[in-house]
Amino acid sequence: MSNTDFVLAIEDLTVSFDGFKAVDALSMYIDKNELRVVIGPNGAGKTTVLDLICGKTKSSSGSIKFNNIELTQLAEHEIVRAGIGRKFQTPSIYENLTVYQNLEVSYPVGRSVWGSLTFKRTQALSEQVNKIAAEVLLTEHLQMEAALLSHGQKQWLEIGMLLMQDPELLMLDEPVAGMSAKERDQTADLLNRICQNRSVLVIEHDMEFVKKIAHKVTVLHQGKILAEGSMEKVQSDEKVIEVYLGH
Amino acid sequence: MKELSDKLLGGRQGAVGLAILALLLFVVFPLCLDLFRLGLLGKYVTYAFVAVSLVLLWGNGGILSLGQGMFFGLGGYCMAMFLKLEASDPVSTKIQTTPGIPDFMDWNQLTELPWFWLPFKSLPLTLVLVLVVPTLLAFIIGYAMFKRRVGGVYFAIITQAIALILSILIIGQQGYTGGVNGITDLKTMLGWDIRTDSAKYILYFVNAGLLIGCMLLARYILTSKFGMLLLAMRDKEERVRFSGYDVSNFKIFIFCVAAMMSGIGGAMFTLQVGFMSPSFVGIVPSIEMVIFAAVGGRMSLIGAVYGTLLVNFGRTMFSETFPELWLFLMGGLFIAVVMFFPDGLAGIYDKYARKFNIAGVTSKYVAKFSKKAAKMIGEKYE
Ligand SMILES: Nc1ncnc2c1ncn2[C@@H]1O[C@H](COP(=O)(O)OP(=O)(O)OP(=O)(O)O)[C@@H](O)[C@H]1O
Ligand SMILES: [Mg+2]
Repeated sequence: MSNTDFVLAIEDLTVSFDGFKAVDALSMYIDKNELRVVIGPNGAGKTTVLDLICGKTKSSSGSIKFNNIELTQLAEHEIVRAGIGRKFQTPSIYENLTVYQNLEVSYPVGRSVWGSLTFKRTQALSEQVNKIAAEVLLTEHLQMEAALLSHGQKQWLEIGMLLMQDPELLMLDEPVAGMSAKERDQTADLLNRICQNRSVLVIEHDMEFVKKIAHKVTVLHQGKILAEGSMEKVQSDEKVIEVYLGH
Repeated sequence: MKELSDKLLGGRQGAVGLAILALLLFVVFPLCLDLFRLGLLGKYVTYAFVAVSLVLLWGNGGILSLGQGMFFGLGGYCMAMFLKLEASDPVSTKIQTTPGIPDFMDWNQLTELPWFWLPFKSLPLTLVLVLVVPTLLAFIIGYAMFKRRVGGVYFAIITQAIALILSILIIGQQGYTGGVNGITDLKTMLGWDIRTDSAKYILYFVNAGLLIGCMLLARYILTSKFGMLLLAMRDKEERVRFSGYDVSNFKIFIFCVAAMMSGIGGAMFTLQVGFMSPSFVGIVPSIEMVIFAAVGGRMSLIGAVYGTLLVNFGRTMFSETFPELWLFLMGGLFIAVVMFFPDGLAGIYDKYARKFNIAGVTSKYVAKFSKKAAKMIGEKYE
């Protein structure tokens, strides 16, 4: 594959679990500063695509290039350091630490053993923590134990932890699951703000929410792309209505 | 969880706690206990090195090693090999078939010192090996396990199996290791007789000093970003990995540190008790060490030390009266602690200390007491 201008270029990606192809010869391209939403029925392979990109699952064949760097051979932490952040489907935060500490742990300085032992809590760190906490609406809760946050706040915290690393590509798996209507609106605003100078890949089921944020939508079904394009185009696609939106 | 951050940062409470412990170890116990009891205490303090290492590894890192005894034993054996060689000089072993080698080698028809005993002719080299041998073994085990993402129960069982294998190996290779009796009849270190009363006092203080040193090192690690990462890994390993950290390196490192601390404890055991044997290497001692840490509080460096001392004094008292019952009692104690007080003595203390502001009150008493103690010591040596 030749070099491209895409931030992320997935080509012919396949993974099979005991013969079952969860992702099947998938090709997908994401532009700089694009906010892409991937939708599709349960079990379509959406989470698996994120797993493949961030190295959690190894692909059977195909290529994933991030800024023209091949990712399929890299270890998980190397993929993160290349500039990709990923939020898990169920909020994955450190419940025993405070909100502040959760953000501090995610600060991308002192990532080696020695670096973490000699790491100094600098002014820059606390500024960054405060900035991100304000961004994800958790300023009031910085000293709170993360386990005590509401479900929606835990989702925000995890997004905040990713923002601490200032990734070039941010991948969010169902970020508004378990949120109230008001929290969903706030999250939509948040995503529209943070995609200003980075690409964002969101998996979501909530169509109202998708409408508010998506630049472009990809519909996944049985590991393959069913349709791709603007929200209006995808919504009026007959195949999409049949397998996903119809019910 | 401000509480947690305070404790991690050492805070006032942490500093007071350490000061009280140091005061007990350096002043109160030496003044109140006769040399025999103080010797026992010194022995227990060597186990506390392992308990402290388990606070790092298990309490904070969530990595349960059921094989810390092997590192304790290796440190102890390194020291014992040096002392044994010094005790086996050609003059005092002249009745042997081959004078100049340890007695058990002679009994097993060895006529030459095995190659791996040679470094232990030198004290500086021995001291280095006390640190390096346990650390190196931990590195090999840790690298093989953590790079393959073996963790949890599997890691615990594998460490236990390795400890068992090591103890069987030591017992089986009698001619090289002294077998089941271990290495005994240790006398002098560079001509300094370690069995005299003054030597016992000196070794006791060196031991206590090293323990405090290890605790300071542990506290430094826990208050650094590394310590926070340990907690994070214990909680959500995946999240740490997908935040750009190579989790296995952190686990290998803390496992190595824990092994090194345990090894220091083992070497000090040999020096104070005067022998080392495979009964400190296998499964039973390894599990006992975990119980010490659990009873004291696996999250608390200071708690783990008290836990070790209390359980061991309990054992000594009990096994004088009802030796058969002790094992059951210890098992029961462990279950009770795990079920009802997961944070051990330290957890109980924390809960009630907060209520009655014990830290404030005790620090006042400590200040008073240390003045008195200083005066007493002054008078004693006048
Ligand atoms: N590690 C695995 N081993 C075996 N099968 C797997 C594995 N991971 C995913 N699958 C299967 O692959 C399919 C796709 O799963 P995936 O989690 O990607 O779906 P999804 O689109 O994220 O669904 P949802 O909307 O429910 O989150 C499912 O049938 C799932 O059972
Ligand atoms: Mg999913």
